[in-house]
Amino acid sequence: MRVPLSWLRSYCDPGLSAEELAERLNMTGTEVVRVERVGVGDPARFVVGKVLSAERHPNADRLRVCEVDAGDGPRTIVCGAPNVAAGQTVAVALPGAVMPDGQALGEATLRGVRSSGMILAEDEVGIGGDHAGIMVLPDELPPGAPLAEHLPIADEVLEAEITPNRPDCLGVYGIAREVHAVTGAELAPDPTLEDAQPAGDDDVQQHVSIEIDPEVCLRFTARAFEGVRIGPSPLWLKQRLMAAGQRPISNVVDVTNYVMLLTGQPLHAFDLDAVRGGRISVRRAEPGERLTTLDGVERELDPSMAVICDAEGTTSLAGIMGGQVSEVSDGTTRVLMEAATWVGRNILETSKRLGLRSEASARFEKQLHPDQAAAAQRLAARLMVEICGARLVPGTIDLYPSPLPERVVRLRHARVRKLLGEDIPEQEIVRILVSLGFEVQPSSAADGVAWEVTVPGFRDSDVQREADLIEEVARVYGLEKLPTTLPARKGGAAALTRAQRVRRRAEDALRDRGLSEIVAWSFTSPAALERARLGDVPVLRLENPLSEEQSVMRPLLLPGLLDSARHNTARGRPGLALFESAHVYRPSGPLTGVHDESGRVPRGAVPASERHHIGAVMTEAVPGSWRRAPEPADFFAVKGVLAGVLDSLRVEWRVEPAERPFLHPGRAASVVAGADERKLGWVGELHPLVARAWDLERVAAFEIDADLLAELVPERLRHRETGAFPAVVQDLAVVVAEDVPADQVRAAVAAGGGELLERIEVFDVYRGEQVGPGRKSLALRLEFRAPDRTLTDAEVAERRAAIERELAPIGGRLRG
Amino acid sequence: MPDAPGTDRLEEIRRAGESAIAGARSAAELEELRVRYLGRKAELTGVLRSIKDLPPERRGPVGQAANAVRTALEQRLEQRGRELEAAELERSLAEDRVDVTLPGDPARPPGHLHLISATRREIEDIFIGLGFSVVEGPEVELDFYNFTALNHPPGHPARMLQDTFYFSPEVLLRTHTSPMQTRSMEQQSPPIYIVVPGKTYRRDSDATHTPMFHQVEGLAIDEDITLADLQGVLLEFAREMFGRERRARLRPHYFPFTEPSVELDIDCFNCGGSGRLQDASRDPLCKGSGWIEILGAGMVDPNVLGFVEDMGYDNERVQGFAFGMGIERIAFLKHGVPDLRLFFENDLRFLEQFG
Repeated sequence: MRVPLSWLRSYCDPGLSAEELAERLNMTGTEVVRVERVGVGDPARFVVGKVLSAERHPNADRLRVCEVDAGDGPRTIVCGAPNVAAGQTVAVALPGAVMPDGQALGEATLRGVRSSGMILAEDEVGIGGDHAGIMVLPDELPPGAPLAEHLPIADEVLEAEITPNRPDCLGVYGIAREVHAVTGAELAPDPTLEDAQPAGDDDVQQHVSIEIDPEVCLRFTARAFEGVRIGPSPLWLKQRLMAAGQRPISNVVDVTNYVMLLTGQPLHAFDLDAVRGGRISVRRAEPGERLTTLDGVERELDPSMAVICDAEGTTSLAGIMGGQVSEVSDGTTRVLMEAATWVGRNILETSKRLGLRSEASARFEKQLHPDQAAAAQRLAARLMVEICGARLVPGTIDLYPSPLPERVVRLRHARVRKLLGEDIPEQEIVRILVSLGFEVQPSSAADGVAWEVTVPGFRDSDVQREADLIEEVARVYGLEKLPTTLPARKGGAAALTRAQRVRRRAEDALRDRGLSEIVAWSFTSPAALERARLGDVPVLRLENPLSEEQSVMRPLLLPGLLDSARHNTARGRPGLALFESAHVYRPSGPLTGVHDESGRVPRGAVPASERHHIGAVMTEAVPGSWRRAPEPADFFAVKGVLAGVLDSLRVEWRVEPAERPFLHPGRAASVVAGADERKLGWVGELHPLVARAWDLERVAAFEIDADLLAELVPERLRHRETGAFPAVVQDLAVVVAEDVPADQVRAAVAAGGGELLERIEVFDVYRGEQVGPGRKSLALRLEFRAPDRTLTDAEVAERRAAIERELAPIGGRLRG
Repeated sequence: MPDAPGTDRLEEIRRAGESAIAGARSAAELEELRVRYLGRKAELTGVLRSIKDLPPERRGPVGQAANAVRTALEQRLEQRGRELEAAELERSLAEDRVDVTLPGDPARPPGHLHLISATRREIEDIFIGLGFSVVEGPEVELDFYNFTALNHPPGHPARMLQDTFYFSPEVLLRTHTSPMQTRSMEQQSPPIYIVVPGKTYRRDSDATHTPMFHQVEGLAIDEDITLADLQGVLLEFAREMFGRERRARLRPHYFPFTEPSVELDIDCFNCGGSGRLQDASRDPLCKGSGWIEILGAGMVDPNVLGFVEDMGYDNERVQGFAFGMGIERIAFLKHGVPDLRLFFENDLRFLEQFG
């Protein structure tokens, strides 16, 4: 909302500079984002002048050479306006004047004649849009008088961002009321109180008949005007509209805009002669009905939308935009002025559905009060009579089937203190509320003083409860006066949950192992999933994505990690080690029918399956240096990193060979963890086709479910005897067929080793002549220990024999 | 049988031996000397061996003298051996010398947490210290929790403030972390003190908006929480985050789910609150105002509590505050990140500067 200061000050002038006023408003809930200066620079170089003579320019047919008295004797000014004539009183810019566009006016020679100054048209000083000719001022103004005293050629504008709860502040008088409340400066009477005098003995009912659908229209008022003389508005009105950001059009249209900008209530002027059949009806649109709105766009409507029709068809989209049929034009002489109250929610939804917002809909959607329509009619009528020379036809059509009752809200003094933590004196509370337009009646409550507060219509949508009144009191009283305290907390200690701690530790473990965390978009594209060979995975698809690239929710972290890997590789970073810790998403149930008729849902319902994952991609295990080549990441490098995470969290885990479409079929595994063998995630080298789709070479990666991980981390670690007796260390070489996994060998060895076998470590894998083709030899280091004695060689030999027996079923034998 | 040597001869052997040992240049040479002076065929060994053949009255003096010489030589050998060993080590170490100015092995340089994670943790830790627990919730959310339960009924104009991503008319991407207010109160009766970090989404993408961003919500409901308490908690937060000397102010604002609603400003740390930089130009960070908005907050609206009244959230009995801040904004202010989009580009040159 643009609030021209000169306009604002005509209703309430606290004697503050624009900046001071902006600051005061900012601190009381009206956010002023900018103070703008409009019109000319220094007004001192703009004066009143008398045209002494106006002769044709000797060298140019369209120019006149004028002698002008600007208070300091005659000066020559070359003027191009067709309407300049001797004897006129005009507005003059003297050399050195700074025009609204920032240009400084200099002396100039035009076709051989020296011109020292400029005779002004209204658009040249930013007070109107007319450039057809110069402004002709009243004759009584003396030459040399400062122009700014007679014309609003320089102004300041407060650019205010009005929150949706304050449609009253989408009008200059509403802001003036705020200024009054927060500064104490006097407020001029409400400009809508006084009505115009009707003339004639006819009645508006004779000119038009109206019917409405009360479901979409709370109130519809209309007045008729005859003898309207369409023409330009007076300069003061044009300037106010211009400064407020509205282009002046013609007096009748300007009046509707002016009243809206002053009161916040939009109006619509019909050419009454163009209202076919002299009949207006408000109804819901027919299915598939089409309407060309004033912006020239043909729009398809549906029955949720409210329209205004005459006898032959639809003329406007109610509360949003008029149509072309009954628009006021230069030839209009009879005007029907409409001021209505629409159902805000309906306007909001229609405007959203059509993608069409207007100054009017921006106000109506915030739910105006029906009182405001009647008020706007009064002010508009006065202006129609004064400015457009119209006759107000007696009577008002006022369709208001269900008048809203007055809203009275009880306010308890004790409650103000309880909510704010500050004791605001009673009389201060009353003063604040009255200054904002509330009526306050003393009352009492069980715990002390109370008031019955009547809410004015223009605040009805925002102030309905005690807390709303307390907010009014608090913001005007001044939040800066509140004390600063801390809650007297009665609850227990606060700490991260186990899951949150586990996640932080996992992230730290990865960070400490040299991986950098990324934050990628939660969205991805079907094409990217296809490239990652994840095309079959069910995904959640957005109805209104910003782009196809961000149209589905990622079911895995992998695509985002690959995007980041590609981004950095393309920027010349060779060895990458990245991880991410974030949600992934899968559909899990119906997306509709969750809410009941009242808009509620079963308590705690969640619409999708979301898990917190931790994923990593690596192209390099160890960076190279001046004495060592970089070590590329492969399956074992990334498995080692994963082991670092899981082991530091003391999760029991293992991997088992498993295929995934996006992984190298021979280098892929499932990660299985916990006593009941839960699937925690996967680890592997990416399928070369997937890596290539991201312009990468070998990529090793894993992704695990951090929510599940948190469940598997032991809640409490118990002490275990470390054993006072020495361990016996034995190395074994086990020869097995190539396809027997090491875990199977380990399991057999563990079974044979029994309780005395404390540790097994694979420290070498050998393939070659000594073991024969199709076989491999695993070198294992075993540690035997008994808790209560030193083991004898015989005991260990016995275990070794048992191991040998256990290995037999998997075709394993001991070597050497 | 040879005649027993006199003590003079023994003294000569000692002197010759000692001098030879002192002159030895290597362990091998030293070993040679040991054999020559103390070995089986050595003269001294012969003397010692022949003592038993001497007349009894001579055995004592000769034996003592010969043993003294042997002990002396043995000590000299050992001493010289240690000297040679030390010198040998010294020499081999000198040969092992490296150019210490060459770079060390970059075995596994540590990685980095993303600045958003690092900042999120910092915020969480401050509020844990103030007695708030950390809870998290779904990002794919129901209209009810994202809007209706937060006093944005269908058709409410405040819904226009947030451009929302939808999966269906009922399911959306949460536009704020606030849905967890209701979800948490459904689970836990008052008192409740929580913060809710997480991802949020709005259908907006330009220099100052990304379609995904991060927020931290706060909620405190108890019997006697006041707006003054909100001010106190947020001031403590601001000081922990931005420096103990920070000042904070509340400014009235509007949010549908708080009443009264406020925004929190802190005095600008770039210009010290003056709005002007050292060269008297306007501070671009606070746009010359001397204050920086960091979050929105307010007293929880009675309508919000109305949805969980059965859990003990009776508006006449309990009350509290809520607040919400953008993690990117906090990080951007604290670390001077110039462009929001840097957070999501994941360029290592950016990532490596933090965390």
